[in-house]
Amino acid sequence: MKRTLRYRLSLLPLLAILGLSACGPIEPWVKPYERDRLADPIMALDGDPVSSSYLQHVFEAREGARGGEGSAGGGCGCN
Amino acid sequence: MTLSALLLAMVGSAFAGVLPEDRADVLYHLYDGGGVQIDGPSILVRKKVGKSVSLVGNYYLDMVSSASIDVITTASPYTEEREQWSLGMDYLRGNTTMSVNFVSSVESDYDAETVSFSVSQDMFGDLTTLTLGYAKGTDLVRRSDDPDFERDLDKQVYSVGLTQILTKNLISTLNFETMTDEGYLNNPYRSVRYADSGSALGYSFEPELYPNTRTSNAVGIRARYFLPYRAAIEGEYRYFIDTWDIEGHTASLSYIHPWGDFTFTGKFRYHNQTAAHFYRDLFPGSQATNFRGRDKEISPLTSYTFMLKAAYEFLNDDGNDWGFLKRGSVSASVNVLHVDYDDFSDLTALAPIGSEPLYQLDANIFQLFFSFWY
Repeated sequence: MKRTLRYRLSLLPLLAILGLSACGPIEPWVKPYERDRLADPIMALDGDPVSSSYLQHVFEAREGARGGEGSAGGGCGCN
Repeated sequence: MTLSALLLAMVGSAFAGVLPEDRADVLYHLYDGGGVQIDGPSILVRKKVGKSVSLVGNYYLDMVSSASIDVITTASPYTEEREQWSLGMDYLRGNTTMSVNFVSSVESDYDAETVSFSVSQDMFGDLTTLTLGYAKGTDLVRRSDDPDFERDLDKQVYSVGLTQILTKNLISTLNFETMTDEGYLNNPYRSVRYADSGSALGYSFEPELYPNTRTSNAVGIRARYFLPYRAAIEGEYRYFIDTWDIEGHTASLSYIHPWGDFTFTGKFRYHNQTAAHFYRDLFPGSQATNFRGRDKEISPLTSYTFMLKAAYEFLNDDGNDWGFLKRGSVSASVNVLHVDYDDFSDLTALAPIGSEPLYQLDANIFQLFFSFWY
């Protein structure tokens, strides 16, 4: 029973990809000309990289947890 | 010493679809609290070479003067320096950015080298950025009082990040990171406390002994929203768990408010964690367990941080000729950190064994930095 469930779960990512591709190409729902607010410097996810990496270093030295706070990408595709 | 914060920032710094802006930052940092003072500069320079390559270099220095609770309990105050260099390159091809970074950190008794790679891909009309990262660190741990002492520590980081534009006012990120450590994870100077009826205090100290491996998983989610009157609000949450049984929750809330050429930021951060399974404030006897640690960073604790930052843009794109400079700003920030330890006694109080007060840490973190875009 457990094995069957695990097998079905392992198929989920494949089904999701098939489902997405069946819908055709995904249309961007926020058009490039609607991204002026996202391009504002106050919306930058990591506007001060030197400062934020220093603070991350301080917290990792003072606490037992680490990772998971990286700003993956960071670009908003505005340019 | 932890390198992973800097290492993670490197892994996560890739911008897909467009190269990062050319910029230079000069920062002075000061940490002051719990008997420890750490200060020094950090200098970053980033420059494009042609249309598809961006190079980045960073120099960072910590000047440490420590008389912390750990140090004054079992050792002598000390001063030391940590010097760190890093070099990186981003290569843009179509909607894909490939990044490579090298970091080298040197202390009198600790050397660390880290190489990291990441690939970022823009998708779905640039609404989505997927980043895959890998980093490998090689550390060498030594003792200042024993020239023959050398131990290895290997670190690896696997990361997956997703940045998603949700609406024209809302952007979010989801990050997942697995880290593995293998090697000498002790601090060679730190001790644990155990009950000893033969001692006048009722306790004695012996060296700590950590497991040789640690694997941790962290998942973080962050969202930033543009408010109707040109201001922004950001929320962040991170869940952490590792094979030492440390489980942590970290949450923060930020508010960013521009006013003329100024930008003000306020932030509150909360962190709570459980203890490592081999942590004890007081062990029942000498060598009572297979592994033993009394490092307050792996004890159960709650920390609170308030941050205020002001940035002033003294050069901007106003049509004037500033030579090769496009923009320039100066920023100052203060972080006020308070940590409540639930199971770490303050032995400096010299109270009878078992009735010592719990330790609390208060620290102020100052930063002053200039940024130039060109």
